[in-house]
Amino acid sequence: MRFSSYDTAEFYDEMFERGGRPRPHAQFLIDTIESLSDGQLLRYQHGADRLLLQMGITFNVYGDTDGTERIFPFDLIPRIVPASEWEAIERGLCQRIHALNEFIHDIYHEQKILKDGVIPRDVIQSAASFRPQCQGLEPPRGVWCHITGTDLVRDRDGQYYVLEDNLRVPSGVSYVLENREVLKRIFPKVFEGLAVRPVNEYPSRLLEMLESIAPRYADTPRVVLLTPGIYNSAYFEHSFLAQQMGVQLVEGRDLTVTGDGVFMRTVKGLERVDVIYRRIDDDFLDTEAFRKDSLLGVPGLMAAYKAGRVSLANAPGNGVADDKVVYAYVPDMIRYYEGAEPILPNVPTYLCWRDADRQHVLANLASLVVKSANESGGYGMLVGPHSTQAQREEFAEKIEASPRNFIAQPTLGLSRVPTIIEDHFEGRHVDLRPYVLYGKEIYVLPGGLTRVALRRGSLVVNSSQGGGSKDTWVLA
Amino acid sequence: MNGTKPLLSRVAESLYWMARYIERAENVARFVGVNLHLMLDLPSYEEKQWQPIVDTTGDARMFQEQYGDAAQETVVKFLAADAAYPNSVFSCIRAARENARSVREIISSEMWEQVNALYLLVRESQGLAPDALPSYFHEVRMACDQFQGVTDSTMTHNEAWQFIGLGRTLERADKTTRLLDVKYFILLPSLSDVGTPYDEIQWAAVLKSVSGFEMYRKKHGRISPRKLVEFMLFDNEFPRAVRYSISRADRSLHAITGTPAGTFSCASEQRLGMLRSELDFGRVDATLSAGLHEFLDGLQVKMNRIDECILRDFFAQWSAASGAVI
Repeated sequence: MRFSSYDTAEFYDEMFERGGRPRPHAQFLIDTIESLSDGQLLRYQHGADRLLLQMGITFNVYGDTDGTERIFPFDLIPRIVPASEWEAIERGLCQRIHALNEFIHDIYHEQKILKDGVIPRDVIQSAASFRPQCQGLEPPRGVWCHITGTDLVRDRDGQYYVLEDNLRVPSGVSYVLENREVLKRIFPKVFEGLAVRPVNEYPSRLLEMLESIAPRYADTPRVVLLTPGIYNSAYFEHSFLAQQMGVQLVEGRDLTVTGDGVFMRTVKGLERVDVIYRRIDDDFLDTEAFRKDSLLGVPGLMAAYKAGRVSLANAPGNGVADDKVVYAYVPDMIRYYEGAEPILPNVPTYLCWRDADRQHVLANLASLVVKSANESGGYGMLVGPHSTQAQREEFAEKIEASPRNFIAQPTLGLSRVPTIIEDHFEGRHVDLRPYVLYGKEIYVLPGGLTRVALRRGSLVVNSSQGGGSKDTWVLA
Repeated sequence: MNGTKPLLSRVAESLYWMARYIERAENVARFVGVNLHLMLDLPSYEEKQWQPIVDTTGDARMFQEQYGDAAQETVVKFLAADAAYPNSVFSCIRAARENARSVREIISSEMWEQVNALYLLVRESQGLAPDALPSYFHEVRMACDQFQGVTDSTMTHNEAWQFIGLGRTLERADKTTRLLDVKYFILLPSLSDVGTPYDEIQWAAVLKSVSGFEMYRKKHGRISPRKLVEFMLFDNEFPRAVRYSISRADRSLHAITGTPAGTFSCASEQRLGMLRSELDFGRVDATLSAGLHEFLDGLQVKMNRIDECILRDFFAQWSAASGAVI
């Protein structure tokens, strides 16, 4: 397969400059791919698909009752991030996550940022994800967002923007590791002559971080990973990470809380647990503190957490900073807490509860992306240029009915990467989700999940909406 | 604890059931496969014997309600492919995989890939043509055997592994007992007819149903019902003999509790120990004269009790309703 007829169109292409000249950092990869004999790349691609199925690397689709598991499509052509670009991303992420962590701590304590008028008090009080139960919490080391998966996108000019912060229970890192593994097994030659930074240190970094937040009394802390169970869409990842860290994978029903702390039920009786990497949302964590109808959580967990008998990662309450209206204020937070200009900019955001913004949004629905403030995964979203009149009317009504619940952003022309479509290459839009750990220090995994919208022209990269993924190469 | 991680009750139960379901699928595949083969050897005037195969499952009534009379086509469909029947090969493999999926970080990747491959095999084989069936059942058996081999050679022989062994051997003892109970009484009347070739073939099929034909030959030579019962019940070297299976189960249980052999620390251990002695010190002549059926029936009851005790002693620590796929 050749790139000769590949068209970058009017978008920023990660591999080719406008006009079709290879970017310098991609030249080597292009040569390798073009040196393959006819049909070889497609054979590799089929090999990769088969391997994913055999390894049972699948995700569950909600609302799909039949054959519930699917593989997450993996495209062989990697996305390359040159060292200089990565260096700026890394610094930008460290700055942003530090500021967000300060913000969450502040919001559940003195609320200085509200008192100083940097963020309107209304915004926080109306945020559905603000958790009064978390006021006054003192998580170990003052860290709230231990694991973050920030979504970055590039617009037509190649500028990186932060699209979402994902401070609650971000998923996808297992695909980063497995994609690399599959590519190495299927197409090892593609790595020859290149210095691609390894990603496989993530599980040990994660374990180290989790152990670092153990309650003070624990000498050799016992870490567990709390999953909602095998029917959760990210179950593969829960099980994979537990296996890679060598920690136990537990469900809510495996744990019980006594006056002394949190324990798991084993064949030899109860055993103490010190740190819980929980992959369950706040709402379902503890029926005594949050939703009463949850079957997934552990009654009494929050009380044990507040008493310092167990640590949770991420800390409960982080969702307040994930709210899409609060998101609009992150650049201000960075200026407020860090005393510096943001290294990674936000996507310009219109807040529908502001009258002027709302008028603008309603008048320009056809060109904007409208998002609901509290949803994720590509749900509750209107992509203006791809919408119908009826959909726009529906959203206009919803916006009028509850303006606080909606924000709008310009439709970005997300950058593209060549992708194997049938028997040739076509450009497909991508985003990038790097993973950041925060314990004793902030660590950014050199790599990330590149999600790709496989449908022609689509800008929605979510796996639940026809998205796939690519290996992400950060060059040394 | 010297660094080993305590085993969650839920995980132990899933491992136990994963193993039981793989073993069950293998046995059903073997029973059906052997019978398909046997039917080819019988003259066309002989009645085709599919009902006994259904009887060995203990689910004859369910079959009757769904399918009516036992014919090759319906029995094979019921036992191999019926997704609504929990003990069909398909359902067993699906349940084994669900259990494996919930303990994927405990078992080795190789085990997971093997059980996943088994699942893909049975899922893709729904609605197979009759011609393809014999090789299909053979494939399933081989894949189940491979799972056992992969389990023993890639997983640490720790407490979790012992629960797999416990599930596998108890299931095996159960299936051999059932097969013997059903087949022995069908074939017995023909004993008086001096060894027609068909008798020999039918008795051989019983042995083949537990992969025991060749091993029996090496030990006892010509087939006699008495020797066959001795071999299937009381042999202490043949892996599918009831005595051998029970003694392995007993060993696994003692490895789990750490209690010395010959003593007990919980009800499951006590009952399993008693059953083991009964088989260790039993004699085939006494068993036959007292009534084989009564004896086999008694074994079934005891094994069911042991299963209940294991549930109470090890799995019931987590009070919620059982979450393993059983």
